[in-house]
Amino acid sequence: MEKILDIFVRSIFIDNMIFAYFLGMCSYLAVSKTVKTSFGLGIAVIFVLVITVPVNYLLDNYVLKAGALHWLLGDKAAGIDLSFLSFIIFIALIAAMTQLVEMIVEKFAPALYNQLGIFLPLIAVNCAIMGASLFMQQRGYANVWEATTFGLGSGIGWLLAIVCIAAIREKLKYSNIPAPLRGIGISFIVTGLMSISFMSFMGIDLSKLKGDDKKTETTQSVPATTDENTTTIAEADLEIEEKADNLNSK
Amino acid sequence: MSLFSGKNLDYLLGPLSRNNPVLVQILGICSTLAVTVKLENALVMGLSVTAVTAFSNVILSLLRNTIPNRIRIIVQLVVVAALVIIVDQVLKAYAYEVSKQLSVYVGLIITNCIIMGRIEAFALANKPWPSLLDGIGNGLGYTIILAIMGFFRELLGSGTLLGHSVIPQGWYAANGGGYMNNGLMIMPAASLILVGLIIWAHRAKNKDLIEK
Repeated sequence: MEKILDIFVRSIFIDNMIFAYFLGMCSYLAVSKTVKTSFGLGIAVIFVLVITVPVNYLLDNYVLKAGALHWLLGDKAAGIDLSFLSFIIFIALIAAMTQLVEMIVEKFAPALYNQLGIFLPLIAVNCAIMGASLFMQQRGYANVWEATTFGLGSGIGWLLAIVCIAAIREKLKYSNIPAPLRGIGISFIVTGLMSISFMSFMGIDLSKLKGDDKKTETTQSVPATTDENTTTIAEADLEIEEKADNLNSK
Repeated sequence: MSLFSGKNLDYLLGPLSRNNPVLVQILGICSTLAVTVKLENALVMGLSVTAVTAFSNVILSLLRNTIPNRIRIIVQLVVVAALVIIVDQVLKAYAYEVSKQLSVYVGLIITNCIIMGRIEAFALANKPWPSLLDGIGNGLGYTIILAIMGFFRELLGSGTLLGHSVIPQGWYAANGGGYMNNGLMIMPAASLILVGLIIWAHRAKNKDLIEK
C-alpha cells in the first residue's frame, strides 16, 4: 500500500519525466503554446502510458527476461535470455497500442477522438512512453500493479509539466524578452527554473511515513490492498487535476 | 554529378550550424539534456546517434519506394530499433562503463526525434547518397552541441575533462584556495538553462533565425 503510494508520488514529483529525465521534451516544447492543446496531449499520454507500461511489464517478465519462458518450456527455458530484443519488442508494442487506442477511441468516443486529433498517432514517437517502459524494466517493479501505478504517475507528472509551461508561455507573449531569446530560448530557461523548483520535492520519502499501527494493518490486509490502492490513487488524481485546473484559471 | 558537389556538401555542412538539429530544428532535446554531465558520455552518445542516423537514412532511402505510406512509421521504427540494438550491444562490449552511465538513453535513441525527423523530412524523398550525407551532417551537428554542453558541465561541475582533473588542486577551498565546483551544473536544471544560453548566443549571431 505505502509502496504503491510511494511509487505514485515519486513518479509525479521527484522522478518527473520532464524535470528530472527530460523525456518527451520534443512534444513538450512543440505543443505547449496554448493550455488547451497541451492538456489534450497530456491526457493522451496518460492514456497510452497506463496501457503500455503494464503490458510491457508482462512481456518483460513472461517472455524476455532470462528464464522468463519457464511457464511455456519448463526447465529448457533456463538458458534463454531474450532481453536484447526488448527495444524492438517495446517499440513495436507501443506503436501497435497507439494504433489500437486510436481506433478504439475513434469508434467508441468520437468526441474525445476529435479533441485529441493529431496527438494520438504522434505519441508513438514520444520518448516519455518508451522511456517509461525502459525505466520500468530497469527498476524491476515487484508486480503489475506497481508498474501500472508508475505509468499513471509518470503520465500525470508529464501532464502537470506541460500544462504549467503552456500557462507560463501564454503570459510570456506579453513580456519584453531580448530578441534572440524569444520563443524557444526562453522556454528552455523557464523549464530550467521550474526544474529547480521541482528539486524541492526530492526530500519526500513516503516509505518512512508508515507508523506502527499502519504496518500491522498492511500485513493483515494483503489481499484487499488493491481496492484500497485504486481509491487513494483516484483521490490523489483528483487533487492533482484540481491543481492543474487552478493553474489553468490563473 | 560529382559526389561532393555544392548541393551535397550543403547537406553535410548545413546542419553543423545554420540548420543545426538541436538549436534550429529543436529535435533530439531529451538526450541532449540528459547525457551531458560528462564530456565522454556526450561524445559516445553523439557518435552513436550519428551512426544510427546515417544508416537508418540510407536504409530507408533505399526502401522508400516500396513502403506503403500508411505503415511507414512502424517500418521506420523497426529499422531504427534494429540499428539501436546493434549500437547497444557494441557499447556493452567495448565501452561497458559508459553504456552503464547512459542507461536508458541508449534505448531512447529509437525515439530520438532527430532520427525520425530526418527520415520523414529527408530520406523518404531523396536518393541514398544525399541521405547518407544528411544523416552524418545532422548527427555531427548534434554531437557538436553535446560536446559543448558536456565540456562546460564537466569543467564547471566536476572540475575535470574526460576524467582528468584540470582545475589545480591548490585552488580548492579545502586546500586553502577560494574555488568550489558548481554543484548546480550537475543538476538537470543547469542543462536546460545552458541550452537556452547556447540558443541565445547562436541566434544573436544568426539574426534571421530570431522568432517574431
